[in-house]
Amino acid sequence: MLRYTIRRLIQLVGVVLVLSLLLFAWLRVLPGGPVSALLGERATPESREALTKQLGLDQPIFVQYFKFLGRAATGDFGVSTGVQPGDSALEIFLQRFPATLELSFFAILIAILVGVPLGYIAAKRRGSWFDNVSVVGSLIGVAVPVFFLAYVLKGVASSALGLPSSGRQDAIDATRVTGFFTLDGMITGEWDATLNALEHLILPAIALATIPFAVIFRITRAAVLDVLDEDFVRTAESKGLTAPVIRRRHVLRNAMLPVVTTIGLQTGALLSGAVLTEKVFSFSGVGEALAIGFERRDYPVLLLLIIMATIVYVVVNLLVDLSYALIDPRIRTR
Amino acid sequence: MVLGLSAKKEKIDATAGVSLAASAWKRLRRSPVFLTGAVIIGLFILVSLLAPWLAPHNPADPMLIDQVVKARNEIPPSQPGHPLGGDLQGRDFLSRVLVGSQQTLIVGVVATLFGLTGGLILGTLAGALGGWVDSLVMRVVDVMLSLPSLLLAFSIAAMFSRPSQFTVILAVSIVQIPVFARLLRGSMLAQRHSDHVLAATALGVKKGAIVFRHMLPNSLGPVIVQSTLVLATAIIEAAALSFLGLGNPDDRTPEWGQMLGDVQKVFDTHPHLAAWPAICIIIVALGFTLMGETLREALDPKNRR
Amino acid sequence: MALLEVRDLSVVFQRKGEEPFRAVDGVSFDVEPGQTVGLVGESGCGKSVTSLAIMGLLPKRGVTITGSVSYDGTDLLKLSDKEMRDRRGRDLGMVFQDPLSSLNPVVPIGLQVTEVLERHRGMARKEAMVEAKTLLDKVGIPDPNRRLKEYPHQLSGGMRQRALIAIALACRPKLLIADEPTTALDVTIQAQILTLMKELVHDLGTALVMITHDLGVVAGLCDEVNVLYGGKVVEKAMRHKLFAEPRHPYTHGLLASIPRLDAPRGEKLTPIKGSVADNIPWSQGCAFAPRCPNALDVCTRETPAEEAQLGRLLRCHNPVVPGTPAAEEVSV
Repeated sequence: MLRYTIRRLIQLVGVVLVLSLLLFAWLRVLPGGPVSALLGERATPESREALTKQLGLDQPIFVQYFKFLGRAATGDFGVSTGVQPGDSALEIFLQRFPATLELSFFAILIAILVGVPLGYIAAKRRGSWFDNVSVVGSLIGVAVPVFFLAYVLKGVASSALGLPSSGRQDAIDATRVTGFFTLDGMITGEWDATLNALEHLILPAIALATIPFAVIFRITRAAVLDVLDEDFVRTAESKGLTAPVIRRRHVLRNAMLPVVTTIGLQTGALLSGAVLTEKVFSFSGVGEALAIGFERRDYPVLLLLIIMATIVYVVVNLLVDLSYALIDPRIRTR
Repeated sequence: MVLGLSAKKEKIDATAGVSLAASAWKRLRRSPVFLTGAVIIGLFILVSLLAPWLAPHNPADPMLIDQVVKARNEIPPSQPGHPLGGDLQGRDFLSRVLVGSQQTLIVGVVATLFGLTGGLILGTLAGALGGWVDSLVMRVVDVMLSLPSLLLAFSIAAMFSRPSQFTVILAVSIVQIPVFARLLRGSMLAQRHSDHVLAATALGVKKGAIVFRHMLPNSLGPVIVQSTLVLATAIIEAAALSFLGLGNPDDRTPEWGQMLGDVQKVFDTHPHLAAWPAICIIIVALGFTLMGETLREALDPKNRR
Repeated sequence: MALLEVRDLSVVFQRKGEEPFRAVDGVSFDVEPGQTVGLVGESGCGKSVTSLAIMGLLPKRGVTITGSVSYDGTDLLKLSDKEMRDRRGRDLGMVFQDPLSSLNPVVPIGLQVTEVLERHRGMARKEAMVEAKTLLDKVGIPDPNRRLKEYPHQLSGGMRQRALIAIALACRPKLLIADEPTTALDVTIQAQILTLMKELVHDLGTALVMITHDLGVVAGLCDEVNVLYGGKVVEKAMRHKLFAEPRHPYTHGLLASIPRLDAPRGEKLTPIKGSVADNIPWSQGCAFAPRCPNALDVCTRETPAEEAQLGRLLRCHNPVVPGTPAAEEVSV
């Protein structure tokens, strides 16, 4: 298991290096490139050339890349040109990452708490109207563009329920400890700050949760259907065990294997949805930074955030594989 | 004699009726879910083919521009001849929604075909040849799968300094390549050691012929299912690209995703401008998904009872 | 009074849009305390469905069960779901065909044994573990302490089936139903498992319903044998009588299709021709008629009635005359 983990981590380093080289090379050959980004399209050829030399852009791409890696090792990923012009890319990432983590946590929590029980009930009542309605509902959930749903929630739910529709917190005087606004309030005892942060979280979290919810629901339903057909469930019934024991120990414990994988994959993929959701709710996380970065072509920020997204995604997938081994004795004891 | 022959033929047909494709079709034909999806997609294709004749006006013509008052955020309201009114540029909105189906269909189909072709080539090579080709292809696939697919599509689209319909299609299709590649490679690998391929090899059938006549056709089921589902995601992802400003900036020829992408400009004041293309996208994506999911279930040998 | 009295048991499956299918069609038999009774037939003859109906394990939807299954005087079919749950595992135990798929792959063997002790014998987990060790010991699993902590995939096929037998007998049920308990095992293991079951039911005084397609199993184990065909009992007799003098052409055919070591060299096997797919409905005559070497015209016109004669029940218009050799020889 340890060897497997190490091999996967080495693989991750390789993937990150290849990906960063690709991104780096592409950004350099773009028409315009960083020089235009810094000086604007109408700069004089002389000043362009001077800046090109100054930034080392006249050197071969590999030299540039290794220099970039050297700087990156010291935490210097360049300066933002569009998201928060002038701020360092790393600073922007560190500042915004907790927000996205917090949002993702609540989104996946909602998706699990709703998706797993619904999937179980739908499977148990296969073919009933409840099953049919929830299956079609989950298919619609996948068909609705996330950002449109976010706008509808923002426009309809926020005015109907009086929930805030943008930002992470109102401009209240809250102490910052961890950067997780809900947690900070709990630590310092400023409960109104926690509540306020939660109010800001709820709508974007629901919007972000729709797709993972739909996927988790369908996988749970399919997995439970598969397990209900298994011989060992019949054995459990033949032992006269009570329904709760059969459900928990025999059905769910087996059905959880594919569900856990799905939850992991969906957690990793949340960042895609976060780009759209955070933009709609002006929720100042990594997703919003990416959205603005794409729009304004802020390459230093994009480069760092995409590399970070890769690392997070691959690590989450690795954790999924490892947890899979933990819950499935057939893999663990091999 | 003739009678005997026909009786025998019937018996053969009876056994042919249990083949996977045939039994799948038998179940699909009776499935209300599949039929709903098929009807939606049929209507969608019909509308997009007939759009030039269905649309009352030229979707690029700002014929109602004098009713657009930028300062007061006014757009042409519903009126005789223009049941849905006009858009921000004073173009007939109904015509734009109807004609928009064309480009949407093109984006979905072309993106799926690109992704499918790329994945077909990579996956077939990797699965059929194995060895270093397989390793190389899988490393490429690994790198592409090390980012959430939608984020990869955003990143690819952002790499073009001049976005267009083509870059949108390219971004959406490239992220589908590894999915198709994996699907085909897996199926190929599973078949390389299966009895029917061994039998063909033992008979001296050439490798190419085995791949194209035996292995590929057997992988078609899951590929068709995946393609149907990708048609839905491609349309939705194209809309997301437009929303992030990575879509086609030229809006003379309308496309639903592009129309919906402008949602931030119009949602508070004229929500119907976003709602119409959104509803169209949701219905069409649902249609493709319903077909894909029921196809998957019908082609799954596990469900064959 | 017998321990188990099955009377006129019928099970009809009804799927939406399909013809109802009568899997079990008026089956009756008794099991005395401590007795071993065999239900024998090809797959699809209704023997497994009969056992699931007795255990109350058939799905509720799309299944109609009629007749009665009286256990110690109580009709099990009339019990509520909860009452039946209380009896399963305590009064009736069951062993299934495939020991690998019949054990939960992600739960240790120990817990799969103790959970039934906790449920029906009110034991605490610790006490149940001690009892589980004794049980595994009793079914001949070596090093039971280690095995209790292991998972099904770590055990051999024979050991898994032993564990399942331990689970089924954990609460000393008066009746054990075994559905093809040896079919999925290697031949050498099959004999071990059968010997074990024979000893256990003898020691514990448990009655056993043995469901099998294998007449070899019947010969070594059963006191009384019911031969099922198309959901009906076609012949019923004590084991010796049935083997010595099979009267129903189907029973006769089954016996003739077993390879025998003591047969002269070069003697050909006699399979029963056709398959269950050739059956005609019982309402039109005898289901076995299309495959039967003894079939008469009447067999496709009239349903044969069940007749009792000299310690034997028989459902046939034209039974085999005692002493007839295999009807038709086929070279393979």
